[in-house]
Amino acid sequence: MKFDDEPVPGYPLPILPGHTSPGRLERVLRSGAFAVTTELDPPDSADPEDVYRRARVFDGCVDAINATDGSGANCHMSSLAVCALLTRVGYAPVMQISCRDRNRIAIQGDILGGAAMGVCNMLCLSGDGVQAGDHPQARPVFDLDCMSLLQIACKLRDRHQFDSGRKLSFAPRVFFGAAANPFVPPFEWRAQRLAKKVAAGAQFIQTQYCYDVPRLREFMKEVEDLGLLGKVFVLVGVGPLRSAKAAEWMRTHVPGIAIPDAVITRLAGAEQPAVEGRRLCVELIQQIREIRGVSGVHVMAYRQEESVAEVIERSGVLAGRVPWTPARDRQSTPTEAAT
Amino acid sequence: MYAARLWSVRHARGLERFYATAERVMVALAPLWRRLGWQRAEKPVAAVERIVKGFLFDCRMCGQCVLGATGMSCPMNCPKNIRNGPCGGVRADGRCEVEPAMRCVWVEGFAGSRRMREGAQAIQVVQWAVDRRLQGRSSWLAVAREKSAGRSA
Repeated sequence: MKFDDEPVPGYPLPILPGHTSPGRLERVLRSGAFAVTTELDPPDSADPEDVYRRARVFDGCVDAINATDGSGANCHMSSLAVCALLTRVGYAPVMQISCRDRNRIAIQGDILGGAAMGVCNMLCLSGDGVQAGDHPQARPVFDLDCMSLLQIACKLRDRHQFDSGRKLSFAPRVFFGAAANPFVPPFEWRAQRLAKKVAAGAQFIQTQYCYDVPRLREFMKEVEDLGLLGKVFVLVGVGPLRSAKAAEWMRTHVPGIAIPDAVITRLAGAEQPAVEGRRLCVELIQQIREIRGVSGVHVMAYRQEESVAEVIERSGVLAGRVPWTPARDRQSTPTEAAT
Repeated sequence: MYAARLWSVRHARGLERFYATAERVMVALAPLWRRLGWQRAEKPVAAVERIVKGFLFDCRMCGQCVLGATGMSCPMNCPKNIRNGPCGGVRADGRCEVEPAMRCVWVEGFAGSRRMREGAQAIQVVQWAVDRRLQGRSSWLAVAREKSAGRSA
């Protein structure tokens, strides 16, 4: 997929009327295409090549790549740095901002810095508690929560002001998102909480892993009843499970992940659990795609990143569309010059 | 006290009524606070508030009380200080991700808000970032000052 006004990689696209960012993800979503995003596991290294190697795995099958911000409260390369590296090549990263490690002064600085580095999408999160990660002895910050973060971020963009009221000379042009988890209690409040996030400024939502499609349908119905369709793009989280044991471990150890027993039984009964896990993921994507109000999927395949291309290919959600890859510009430029 | 905290959420409706009355009293006493000096009233009122709300809600004295909009469940007891919760980490049994011994402050808060007259609407309003300078100060006095100023103006 190529827009006819695209500049050289790493430079922003022109901002279309009604858009807030010069980015590709917002364009794909607003064009009505079914979007695919994924998650890059930031390396425990200072080598940029480790980032590029991890990104290349997704070439041609995703519209944007989330760079997690110390996910699970584990220490890795920062989201801002991963995103800055990715934009150099032309990728469309989603910078994750967690409130766990930084106060409002640091976060606002990062939003400006990220935008200056060409990051067009930012996901505002509260963040996992420090107890979940490899540094439980660290001090949790939580100066803001996801919603006050969204409000402050939108104030930077729309009113050209810091939280303090001090003026910016150039506002960040960003497509802001937030997370939602319809799969944990209190269920009857989850759609209304999403409405609060939209009121706070969320333009897109990436949900936690969905393994319970009936629950998702219920949730999306409530979202529709609240009049939120058309106001926010919902990308549903999915991911292949490697085995029944891995699934069991995830649901007991990772906060916020709900996996129904039926899924675990199915994996346990399979001859090749990893293959079955990918098949299940494809089926989930196909069912999710049919739900009214769903604008895309967010594939989280931790330590199985190489399976994302296959899962997306088999699900058929791209419908022949090829998302941007660095190779496209490398190949197309000489061809176009020749014609 | 944890048990009292849960009791308060179960009796959110009654506390809402009590709070409405108490607020009227605090505002009516504005001339007294003014004569005493808002600054001088601060310490003793904050001390009483700390004891009462500490017992009823495990209040952390953030100085910007939002109990009316959080189902009478103090959001500062959330280990992530989330004032617009609950987060996505709530356990299947409704307990906290960080402190499993405790029920999620916001699962409780949501239940409390359903029992209240205005709380069910109030919980839907996004709470702005907390002002950390007000930590330890009296919310009651701040409300009395704000509302009485509005009245005399």
